[in-house]
Amino acid sequence: MRAFTQWFNERAPGLGVAYKKHMTEYYAPKNFNIMYYFGSLALLVLVNQIVTGIFLTMFYTPTAAGAFDSVQYIMRDVNWGWLVRYMHVTGASMFFIVVYLHMFRGLMYGSYKKPRELVWLLGMLIFLALMAEAFMGYVLPWGNMSFWGAKVIITLFSAVPVIGEQLVNWIMGSFVPSDPTLNRFFALHVVALPLVLLLLVVLHLGALHEVGSNNPDGVEIKKHKGPDGHPLDGIPFHPYYTLKDLVGVGVFLIICAIIIFFEPTVGGFFLEHDNSIPANDLVTPASIKPVWYFTPFYAILRMIPSKGFGVLALLLSIVVLFLVPWLDRGKVKSIRYRGLGYKIALTVFAIVFILLAAIGDDLTPGWIVAIFGANADITTIENLFGRTLVVLYFGFFAFLWAYTFFGWEKTKPVPERVTTHA
Amino acid sequence: MHKSIRRAAMRTLTTLLLALATAFVASPSAFAEEGGGLPNANVNVHDQGSLQRGARLYMNYCVGCHSLKYLRYSQMAEGLGLTEKQVMDNLNFTGAKFGEPIVSAMPEADAEKWFGKAPPDLSLEVSAKGADWVAAYLKSFYLDPATNSGWNNTVFPNVAMPFPLWQLQGEQAAVMNPAENGQPATVKELELAHPGSMTPAQYDQAVRDLTAFLTWVSAPDELVRSHIGAWVVLYLVLFTLFALVLKKEYWKDVH
Repeated sequence: MRAFTQWFNERAPGLGVAYKKHMTEYYAPKNFNIMYYFGSLALLVLVNQIVTGIFLTMFYTPTAAGAFDSVQYIMRDVNWGWLVRYMHVTGASMFFIVVYLHMFRGLMYGSYKKPRELVWLLGMLIFLALMAEAFMGYVLPWGNMSFWGAKVIITLFSAVPVIGEQLVNWIMGSFVPSDPTLNRFFALHVVALPLVLLLLVVLHLGALHEVGSNNPDGVEIKKHKGPDGHPLDGIPFHPYYTLKDLVGVGVFLIICAIIIFFEPTVGGFFLEHDNSIPANDLVTPASIKPVWYFTPFYAILRMIPSKGFGVLALLLSIVVLFLVPWLDRGKVKSIRYRGLGYKIALTVFAIVFILLAAIGDDLTPGWIVAIFGANADITTIENLFGRTLVVLYFGFFAFLWAYTFFGWEKTKPVPERVTTHA
Repeated sequence: MHKSIRRAAMRTLTTLLLALATAFVASPSAFAEEGGGLPNANVNVHDQGSLQRGARLYMNYCVGCHSLKYLRYSQMAEGLGLTEKQVMDNLNFTGAKFGEPIVSAMPEADAEKWFGKAPPDLSLEVSAKGADWVAAYLKSFYLDPATNSGWNNTVFPNVAMPFPLWQLQGEQAAVMNPAENGQPATVKELELAHPGSMTPAQYDQAVRDLTAFLTWVSAPDELVRSHIGAWVVLYLVLFTLFALVLKKEYWKDVH
């Protein structure tokens, strides 16, 4: 075995070095908590999406006439086809759950701060590519919600001044979502965007391993190194975190298996009911809404009365996330040692994000009737509620800047070394 | 001191996760537009007898107009625990081969001429509208001389479909609310004007069987899924326990 390893390393320069650099000699802080599982889980889901996606591609027909039938063919005639498709569908939703928690972790512990700004930016690019990937994937089954979702979202580009209308037709390759739209979305979904995603993931991890991982205390472990040159509070990623992450993988897979085998539609959230009806440009679904993971941003679009400003706000709601490393002027990273204002603001922000999702998912009319009675003016109350949430969403970032720029934050002393470990 | 901060942070996180979970679960099972407030259809796709009775009803009363094009006769036999001979003798009236899909014998052009719209394929009806909707729809037909077919439906007003199960349920008539402010009168409730061959309890069971069958047709994978799912979860629990023991062993020397 040793002889073979040597033979191999002599012929593959760099592989052994890379393995050491990123696994056995990548020193990660020893105090990672539960919030640190979601990065490796995102990678696991990405692999799942690629592998199950390859198998789906073998049986899927990317034409407007054949797409819907081919999905049912996969579900009913292809051996284990239902399992592969449910794994892909559940994977898509779990991808966003895991990524949202991963991003929230970044906000909690200041993982975007110097020297990790580039890690955050690359992560945000991954998020952007993931949204494009998920949107195009959602169109492929060519159900009625695929069709109308595609139509509504692509039509947003008509808000672009001057060339808007032509841009919409150029993206669709037609005047309504149709064969050319489906063909190009298929190409982008299975070839172009996965390549972009993989490249960005490599860069994200490369950038992370250059500067080292942050941790729940937000202290730089590289400041205190032992005689061997390794951080005193660091442990090799492999085997310590590979094994710890394996436990996380186990728990995560249990949750996924329960969904896939017992409730794959998750009450219409992961697989929407209207997508069981084939695409039909004459029949509009009762309520057109995107899949749950886009609904917070969709709510921002919906709550703004002007189309142009709505699209602008939608764009800004994502762009502002890119700017977080420069909006936050605070030097203290971890929420453990930050001021009370930040703790409250981040909690409110998370709740606002979930409530925006509820509005985007059209759950609020039911809530309003339950609270205010059947005669309530749903539109007025929903708009008031939703617009307050939009203000709070952007307010978080404004507050974050003002709070740290004007020095209002009363931070606690940050310890020299990490305080806890698993 | 750090412990208390850490606990506070974890509490915040737990609350958020709970809120997220509640947002998922508490949503009114997402049939809001079409099935809101409908009584629970109470179907059981694991009751093979119910599925078989539902299949018999479907093949006698529905398949004349409504195809199940995504289901093959052979798949129906396998899913419902029937032999090829049982299916071909009792449930196949179109002369289709055993491996062929269940397609109505009615030509689409004629259907459009007769009903104004070809009767839809029902392979995915329960996926699209929910079992509660289907069951309520089948119980809500009433005589209405104002429509072309002479039938109307409170769940699906002015539906083009005449009521094919009238011999079983009987004929319901509408008790109307008085018309107000120039608005058309609305249906207050339905009453059985002429009883059919079944008692109301028998008809309820027939609708439950038929809806159970259509629920199974929408997702035949459910029977296979729930059967192996428990084993998959059990395996993953064991896997996780082994991973946990291994992790603890390696982490002993981390202080």
